[in-house]
Amino acid sequence: MFGMLIGAWRYRYFILSSIKTELRVKFIRSRLGALWMILNPLAQVVIFAFVLSAVLSTKLPGISNRHAYVIYLMAGILGWSLFLEIVNRCLTLFIDNGNILKKLVFPRIALPLIVTGSASVNNALLFFAILLIFGVLGHVPGTALIWLPPLMVVNVALALGLGLALGVLNVFMRDVGQIVPVVLQFVFWFTPIVYMVDIIPEQYRGWVFLNPLIPIITGYQNALLYNHAPDWAGLGFVALVATGLLAFALVLFRKASPEMVDQL
Amino acid sequence: MSGELHVRDLGKSYRQWGSEWRRVASWFMPFIAPREEHWVLKNVSFSIGSGEAVGIIGQNGAGKSTLLKLITGTTRPTQGTVQLSGRVAAILELGMGFNPDLTGRQNTYHSAGLMGHSQADIERAMPGIEAFAEIGEYFDQPMRTYSSGMQMRVAFSVATAFKPDLLILDEVLSVGDSYFQHKSFDRIRRFRDDGVSIMLVTHSLGDVRTLCDRVILLDKGRVLKDGLPDEVVDYYNALVAEKENAKLSVEQRREKNGWLLTKSGTGEARVKTLQLLDVASGNEITIAQVGQAVELRLEASIHADIPRLVLGYMIRDKQGHVVWGTNTWHTRQIQENVKCGEVVVFRLPFNCTLGPGSYSVSPALVSSETHLINNYEWIDNLMVFDVINVERDIFIGTNWLDARFSISRQNEGTH
Repeated sequence: MFGMLIGAWRYRYFILSSIKTELRVKFIRSRLGALWMILNPLAQVVIFAFVLSAVLSTKLPGISNRHAYVIYLMAGILGWSLFLEIVNRCLTLFIDNGNILKKLVFPRIALPLIVTGSASVNNALLFFAILLIFGVLGHVPGTALIWLPPLMVVNVALALGLGLALGVLNVFMRDVGQIVPVVLQFVFWFTPIVYMVDIIPEQYRGWVFLNPLIPIITGYQNALLYNHAPDWAGLGFVALVATGLLAFALVLFRKASPEMVDQL
Repeated sequence: MSGELHVRDLGKSYRQWGSEWRRVASWFMPFIAPREEHWVLKNVSFSIGSGEAVGIIGQNGAGKSTLLKLITGTTRPTQGTVQLSGRVAAILELGMGFNPDLTGRQNTYHSAGLMGHSQADIERAMPGIEAFAEIGEYFDQPMRTYSSGMQMRVAFSVATAFKPDLLILDEVLSVGDSYFQHKSFDRIRRFRDDGVSIMLVTHSLGDVRTLCDRVILLDKGRVLKDGLPDEVVDYYNALVAEKENAKLSVEQRREKNGWLLTKSGTGEARVKTLQLLDVASGNEITIAQVGQAVELRLEASIHADIPRLVLGYMIRDKQGHVVWGTNTWHTRQIQENVKCGEVVVFRLPFNCTLGPGSYSVSPALVSSETHLINNYEWIDNLMVFDVINVERDIFIGTNWLDARFSISRQNEGTH
């Protein structure tokens, strides 16, 4: 484990320049460049806002601002898009980089680190765009904003642990790559992003704690909309799960490394 | 620091697990054994000493690529060890990690970073890389506008910009146009002269002869031969023929004069005598003068009825480069329906316009333009003769050209 970290440190220039390269490539060929990175999640927000708020006219309990639903949506999507991007990219990480893995010797841990870095930058851009829209809508987030960084850290750890484990398995069983996006769709709808957690019927409420994303997403919503601190007990539990998952993924990654190249 | 490589009892097997779940389970439960093992490399041992240049040759599927991957460490050996010392640079493929949307300069940063160099090192090497690639303005253009040759130029420049202690090369010497090929070959040669140890995996037997001090022949995942270039390369050629002709035998011995004789063939036709004659006197000679009229005379004895007989010659210089060669298939003088017991005499008169030095003649008795279909007899370096320069002005090289200087002198301005 320690060797991995040393390797990553030796390759820090490469990791940083790769993150820069990824961003740069997005800018070079398309006119709107980086805007596309934030337009996609924002379009999602617009769709949900329009369909659910205007067409179905959902009401939010305890919020006076008439744009509250849009803010609520954006807070959830901010957390979800970070999670989704990391999981999706880790899933095909080793397959996409198969040729480099076969022909070059470098610390392989650099690859997930690059993904994490570039996804975090994307997410930060989305965050600033959301703040801007908040301003336009007349909503000023409060001091609870300081809880966002620890939320992001837990979110990244969870996504990385899950994505890395799935990415390793995907090298050997390509079905994984097909199933995961489907499962993620279910996860999206089983997480209170477009609806309130209170809407879930009483008899299913007990199952909610099984979804580790819920404390994270509600944490985002608390910080950005309600100006509350996160639910520490729930978040602590998820942090534990994420750490465990991450450790498992790294062990899996180490065990699989020798055989991985032979399968690519 | 000197670059050395020690490979001991190296082996690699690809495992069949039956199901992928068994494989995953085996990472956590070591008692779960694979269903099947397929060895692509076994019991390979050799060393490359400091400053040594070693070539690895072998047919497709001999295990060369696997060996390279094991040595560079991209895959791990099933058994045995690889020990490396010094800074190692492995170039298994050029242009790894290049992005077509980035400029040559940006890709250089990226690619060199992937090789583990720091920002500062890359910046220091950048002018040299740019100069060596010689693609001018294009260096700051997106790589998708490059021709493939230009991409390879940048790729080779980056890959060899930093002098290693041990350089591992896989078939990357023939990139770009012939000008750049010369230039890149020259860079590798300079590395070698500077004491960099080199391991070269290639199909180009010419490169092996020029660059390597030693050659290792791999066959079916094993080291078949490890020795001097001419010895191993000739053996390899004979081996290629053997694949096609099951009953063929290969024998090799080094003659007193240092030339290596390699003999292979199925024996339906055999070389009875091969002589170099002076045309004027008709006497056999072993030393020819530059410009002398000589004749190669070969008598072939026939030991079975054969439908077609072709004789091929190769004349090589001391380094093993082929100076001249052809066969009677190319000259449309194929002998058909040759009967058992016949003796076929081939006479080849020519003017000896070779440069001073030692040359060898390798005859091949075959049935078509290659020795792969029927190799009756192929003898590398069967006969050796020397060429001396007595009458001509001093010149160097393996060829005498009938060339004379014409010199004129003028005062500037008074044309």
